[in-house]
Amino acid sequence: MRRQPFRAAEGGHLIDRTEPLRFDFDGHRHEGYRGDSLASGLLAAGVRIVARSFKYHRPRGVWGFGPEEPNAMVTTGVREEARPNLKATEVPLSEGLEAFGQNAWPSVSWDLGGAAGLAGGLMPAGFYYKTFMAPARWWPALYEPLIRRMAGFGPAPSAPDDAFYAKRRIHADVLVAGGGPAGVAAALAAARAGARVVLADENVRFGGDLLRAPGEIDEGDGLDWIDTAVAELEAMSHVRLLRRATVAGYYDHNLLTVAERPGGEAPAGAPAARLWFVRARDVVIAAGAHERPLLFDGNDRPGVMSASAAGGYAHAYGVLAGRNAVVAGNNDSIYRVARLLRSAGVGIAAVADTRSGGDIRDLPCRAGGTVERVLGSRRVRGVLLRRADGRAGDKGERIACDLVAVSGGWSPAVHLHAQARGSLGYNEERGLILPDRPGGANRSAGAAAGRFDLDGCLAEGWTAGVAAAASSGHERPAGEPPRSPDRSAWEAPVFWQTGGGKRFVDLQYDVTAADVDLAAREGYRSVEHVKRYTALGMGTDQGKTSGMAGLVLLSEALGRPVARTGTTTFRPPYTPVPMAAMASGLIGEGRDALRRTAADDWHEARGALFTAAGLWRRPRYYPREGMDEEEAISAEVRETRAGVGIVDVGTLGKVDIQGRDAAAFLDLLYANRMSSLKTGRGRYGLMLREDGRVFDDGVVMRLGENHFYLTTTTAHQHEAMQHIELLLQTVWPELEVYATDVTEHWFAAALAGPGSRALLGRAAPELDLSDDAFPMMAVRAATVAGLSALVFRMSFSGELSYEIAVPADQGLALWTRLLTEGREDGLTPYGTEAMGTMRIEKGHVTHAEADGRTTPDDLGLGRMVRAEGPGIGKRSLELPALRRKGRQQLVGLSVIDGEARIPPGCQVVESDDMKPAPPLGHVTSFCYSPTLGRALALALVENGRARTGQTVYIASPMIDLSMAAEIVSPVFYDAQGTRLHG
Amino acid sequence: MLLIPCPFCGARDETEFAYGGDAGVERPTDPEAATDEAWTDYLCFHDNPKGPHRELWFHRDGCRRWLEVERDTWTHELGAVRLSRP
Ligand SMILES: [Zn+2]
Repeated sequence: MRRQPFRAAEGGHLIDRTEPLRFDFDGHRHEGYRGDSLASGLLAAGVRIVARSFKYHRPRGVWGFGPEEPNAMVTTGVREEARPNLKATEVPLSEGLEAFGQNAWPSVSWDLGGAAGLAGGLMPAGFYYKTFMAPARWWPALYEPLIRRMAGFGPAPSAPDDAFYAKRRIHADVLVAGGGPAGVAAALAAARAGARVVLADENVRFGGDLLRAPGEIDEGDGLDWIDTAVAELEAMSHVRLLRRATVAGYYDHNLLTVAERPGGEAPAGAPAARLWFVRARDVVIAAGAHERPLLFDGNDRPGVMSASAAGGYAHAYGVLAGRNAVVAGNNDSIYRVARLLRSAGVGIAAVADTRSGGDIRDLPCRAGGTVERVLGSRRVRGVLLRRADGRAGDKGERIACDLVAVSGGWSPAVHLHAQARGSLGYNEERGLILPDRPGGANRSAGAAAGRFDLDGCLAEGWTAGVAAAASSGHERPAGEPPRSPDRSAWEAPVFWQTGGGKRFVDLQYDVTAADVDLAAREGYRSVEHVKRYTALGMGTDQGKTSGMAGLVLLSEALGRPVARTGTTTFRPPYTPVPMAAMASGLIGEGRDALRRTAADDWHEARGALFTAAGLWRRPRYYPREGMDEEEAISAEVRETRAGVGIVDVGTLGKVDIQGRDAAAFLDLLYANRMSSLKTGRGRYGLMLREDGRVFDDGVVMRLGENHFYLTTTTAHQHEAMQHIELLLQTVWPELEVYATDVTEHWFAAALAGPGSRALLGRAAPELDLSDDAFPMMAVRAATVAGLSALVFRMSFSGELSYEIAVPADQGLALWTRLLTEGREDGLTPYGTEAMGTMRIEKGHVTHAEADGRTTPDDLGLGRMVRAEGPGIGKRSLELPALRRKGRQQLVGLSVIDGEARIPPGCQVVESDDMKPAPPLGHVTSFCYSPTLGRALALALVENGRARTGQTVYIASPMIDLSMAAEIVSPVFYDAQGTRLHG
Repeated sequence: MLLIPCPFCGARDETEFAYGGDAGVERPTDPEAATDEAWTDYLCFHDNPKGPHRELWFHRDGCRRWLEVERDTWTHELGAVRLSRP
């Protein structure tokens, strides 16, 4: 037997017969040619059953030619390379391609689930809602696995997909969606006018409908004209052509997404899929039209196919979708298809035209005839034809055939127009839903606007291209639009159906005409509700073939005009976009910019384990030989408290504030007074939100009369700067203040511990470090380790401590010189864990405590707030809700069992009986304190300060854990602060 | 995605901006003198119109200016864009 029994001896402009390709479908080896789609390859091989339907598991064949395909859903590849839910019409054939039909086990041609089809009628509209209702306990064990197995749309890949996916963002004057005659004419007109044009088409070759059937343009072959035009466009530097690229989404302000899937054997380095974001001044929607089905009994049998697709397989691929065809429809396009099939070598058994009169001598016409029923159970063996007018006594005519090519007219692809919130109108006379008023700068042209004749498409496309280019100021190009003698309009004003039997409306979701009727009888009126109740149009084809049929059936059942029923909402994407393309750039390495401090290289060389702090990475701790994590962190704490440690604080937000009104502004920005600061001194400050909650904290240093330097937390540096700019620009624009984010300009390191004075004394010999000359919260300019620096005396650890800031490019030098200088002091670098442990021991708050709900008083910082003055947030502190009794307050929790450790996410409760009860509060921060030899926590507890001395329980019901703890002051260590002086 | 014409930087994607809410909300000049009710109105009770809306947008990844943008919340059509309190 020939390997491609259904390949015509010649023909097929998309294939290269010199390059055969082998591929597997459901484990069987087949052969096709370079240029084939999987669908054309399967048809050429004689494979007719390519999938099973979703609900009834009925055998299904290829129906369409492109993205409208409802049936031929396949998975390509296995395991981690499995790509489910692809349409065979859109998968390019490649050497060694492995593909599998979906919704069937063990294979599409022998499917056990097909038993559901034998019991057809048992699964009416709303089947899932009605059947899987109760009892609820049956869900996990019975219903869910059953539905999942029966309804699966192919297997998910079993491992991460390591293929390369990409995104690109571009601007264009004109985006043309669709590269058929109208689209190419539009692109040509706009590009010749000088506009920057992007032309995208879903196929590998431009041409649109001309790929499926020949046509004449400018006295020559239509496809030749297209090729010449495309070559002209390709040569223009201001034009970008995208092939196998579907304009999928139309968003606000003319942002459109284009999903490009090179597919097949894409060149090395090309992404498996790429999502383009095109911001276009104007858009020409030349998306074409989708052929409608005819409704008759058995219209889902393999062998029943869209007429234009059947013709297209013959013309584009030299593939015969059958040996002997009945062509049936309600419009003139069926004659074109019949001739195409005949010239490719398909026998034409009959051409049934529902309209009377259209008798054509050279074809076996049945004017006024239609298909009533398909004969054959697994595939088409023949049809029963009847007179369309239902004349009495008509016994019908049985005709043997293996292909039924049907055309119920054409539905313009109004999706993009509607996504852009353009309005739609129903043209009763023509039976078409057409674009009405556009939403945004776009225009529809060609079949997408209801023009079905080639000449009209060319003219309309050209005009649209000229107008779209004019939007960006480009003048009309020279030359005339291309012309065609083809002025045949495929009007199909009457929606056609025959009564009775299994008439499928939505092939993908197995929705029949009877289901739509039933939904109407059960009281559904809204087309949106019917869609959800019956699942009509909810498949991956999104009702491209079924939408119009459903709409007409519902309107008939409800006895109202189609225009009143309206359409469901068109939402992006027009065709499925691979999740991996959407996720590109949003996952994994490279998702965020990585900020490294000036000393990062040193931390890395030292083997630090890092943690993320905003975009920064900071050392968590420095692992030590023979120590576990807690021991290594505890060592860092102990050595700092006993000697001297150093920590990289380069990540803190830093803001330089200058100007005549700088001091006055800081009084408004902070809840406490800053204008009273003396030059050379600093103060801890609290920033509130206008609603009175603590927003951020940091230190403000006065460097001069009108010059301040302030720090923000690492976490809120961007928000704090934005907040400052909001106040300066919108609330107090009259103040003369200049705020500059200098976070990147400065590196800073803190020396902490009783040994810090001696070490700094050697590094900065001219600096007087005595308490009198350099008291707490003072700032001095000095030379440190040979570098010009600012030195602040402040402490987060509770020890004597100095923060040294130098310009960022000298940060690494400062760090390494201090480390070298400190060798004799036993200087210990410590990370965020040790820093956090020491701050918990001292009861300092961070964003775990200032969580956006707490006031200064809640945090025990109420005394810092200056009573008078118009500062941000202070008025809110007077509101009753923020003053009421019973608010949660910051407390310390000292765990009684010295061996216990606190897990994350704990509640604070009154009893240890583990019974559900409202918690008193929750743990905000916790650590093991090597200084006190036990676990400590900071917590927000209802009326917390009044409970000091009480025993409460730290509980984590999820892991059945409860431990007793005493409520104490949050300052666990050195409450008098004597250690600050070394 | 909105395309916001910044008077300094030109038309830029919405992702470069941060939203700042209703531009018509006036901060009481003397907060201490405001009643609890007036203050809560200022804090919490803002209009949420369907249609034209004057709102603040911060050009975070650009010139870092707070802009006052007229936006139709229903169609996303933009009107005048100007500096907030120039
Ligand atoms: Zn700007």
